[in-house]
Amino acid sequence: MRITQGCFSFLPDLTDAQIRAQVQYCLDKGWAVSLEYTDDPHPRNTFWEMWGPPMFDVADAAGVMLELNACRKAHADRCYIKVSGFDSSHGWESVRISFIVNRPGEEPGFRLQRQEGPGRSLRYTTQSYAVDRPSGERY
Amino acid sequence: MNAPEKSPPQRSRYSAGVMEYRTMGYWQPDYEPKDTDVIACFRVTPQEGVDPVEASAAVAGESSTATWTVVWTDRLTACEKYRAKCYRVDPVPNAPGSWFAFIAYDLDLFEPGSIANLSASIIGNVFGFKPLKALRLEDMRLPVAYVKTFQGPATGIVVERERLDKFGRPLLGATVKPKLGLSGRNYGRVVYEALKGGLDFTKDDENINSQPFMHWRERFLYCMEAVNLAQAATGEIKGTYLNVTAATMEDMYERAEFAKELGSCIIMIDLVIGYTAIQSMAKWARRNDMILHLHRAGHSTYTRQKNHGVSFRVIAKWMRLAGVDHIHAGTVVGKLEGDPMTTRGYYDICREDHNPQQLEHGLFFDQSWASLNKLMPVASGGIHAGQMHQLLDLLGEDVVLQFGGGTIGHPMGIAAGATANRVALEAMIFARNAGRDTLAEGQEILEDAAKTCLPLKQALDTWKDVSFNYASTDTPDFVASVTPAQ
Repeated sequence: MRITQGCFSFLPDLTDAQIRAQVQYCLDKGWAVSLEYTDDPHPRNTFWEMWGPPMFDVADAAGVMLELNACRKAHADRCYIKVSGFDSSHGWESVRISFIVNRPGEEPGFRLQRQEGPGRSLRYTTQSYAVDRPSGERY
Repeated sequence: MNAPEKSPPQRSRYSAGVMEYRTMGYWQPDYEPKDTDVIACFRVTPQEGVDPVEASAAVAGESSTATWTVVWTDRLTACEKYRAKCYRVDPVPNAPGSWFAFIAYDLDLFEPGSIANLSASIIGNVFGFKPLKALRLEDMRLPVAYVKTFQGPATGIVVERERLDKFGRPLLGATVKPKLGLSGRNYGRVVYEALKGGLDFTKDDENINSQPFMHWRERFLYCMEAVNLAQAATGEIKGTYLNVTAATMEDMYERAEFAKELGSCIIMIDLVIGYTAIQSMAKWARRNDMILHLHRAGHSTYTRQKNHGVSFRVIAKWMRLAGVDHIHAGTVVGKLEGDPMTTRGYYDICREDHNPQQLEHGLFFDQSWASLNKLMPVASGGIHAGQMHQLLDLLGEDVVLQFGGGTIGHPMGIAAGATANRVALEAMIFARNAGRDTLAEGQEILEDAAKTCLPLKQALDTWKDVSFNYASTDTPDFVASVTPAQ
């Protein structure tokens, strides 16, 4: 399966030139770009690991690409990596865009567990097959 | 027109009998509205022979303290304060016989935090007043002091996006079709296919409540099975607007509670349940971490005709105060009424923290929202993937695009329809961010994306010639080429 979180998951995987163009769009808007990675891609896993703090003072996408390459070197084959643009202006003060730029070689997907309750009600739990193994050994 | 009226001495002002509204204190051309006043702009069309200033003063009177005759009991009150004051009457451009009347109301006339009270005052009695041929409430300026007495959207655009973990693009939805007749099980099938194919949301239609072919619990149970299954299939958060509209508040609370128990992230109500019920559900939604979608069912009965009723921009303002998170606000290019400039005005009311006066968008006043949450507009009705560049250009990024027929009517099935829409959207956002002129190159961008996405190619082929080019009835009055009423 292919996890479709983020802004561009339905497009073919982005090339470095494409990533750079999107990063530059964020920087031109005045947003701080950050990189985050995880090996637990549960849809409600909000807090992926930060690859350093958001890059508040970087003006050129080349700087972000350097960090992305370093992050890939450390985690590419075992993790998802995403780029986020953070807008600090009043009334938003949150993420403006986020998109996946790296996936592990194989995405095993999620199991849906159903717990039968009273009547016909069910409680649902979504669990990544990958998290059965400890963090760092999942992909 | 705007000459002041001499106010009669107190004694004769209150002698028994009938007198003109303009001499009773409801016409005050020198009045400067206070920052705390509620201001309304009405389009007044008096009967033949009725003076427009007298008609406008009557609107002020009948929407505040006046009755048809002088009453001495006014003198027991601070009646000068409570009288609404019409302070300006301007002819409507290119519409002989109609005037814009600007009326200021003191803040003490209104109960804090109550749309029911606000609307009962402003539109309660006066629309049936005999000396008027027609009357329309065009816009309102709500003072910050009053705005701050309302909860506002239960969730708001920013927190909705954070909860859903979806940023940087419009959200995608679809209304399940056919809207009537599907069993719960078949209905859930449509939800699953659409969500798995790439939509973020599916939606009940306004008249899907609890009918013989599908009782509400059946729908909720099968829909939540579909949502959870699609979530596991995609690794992405999904939702379906479970319509909890019902005959009584008790029924609505019961349905909302069940939706919550099943883990739904969003519920839905219809505008026809009424302002009080809407505010109750908004409070429930805030208490229960629920996104609240509002379908504007019924609004066209009073918003569409330009000379009589209430403009939708007023309804949008009331609904932002009342506290819903989503509101249908028009598509411009789809099958339902929606002039581009007027619709732009509605979207600004929903999404901005400050609306400057912009007559060409139908916004008559500066309006501050004082950090009240933003309300997500929803575009629904007769739109398809081939219009993606126009939709993005007209409606922007913070909007739910609802492709009902444009998903479910896809020749290769519902999931393929959903995928076509999602690919078209992502390709368009990607191209815009990368600096391309999406409006000019939209067709090309879509065709390029379709090269690696067969469902998009099929969607473009199927709907390439579909458009709804009819003249709008509700258009701004202040544009280069003005359209008259009627």
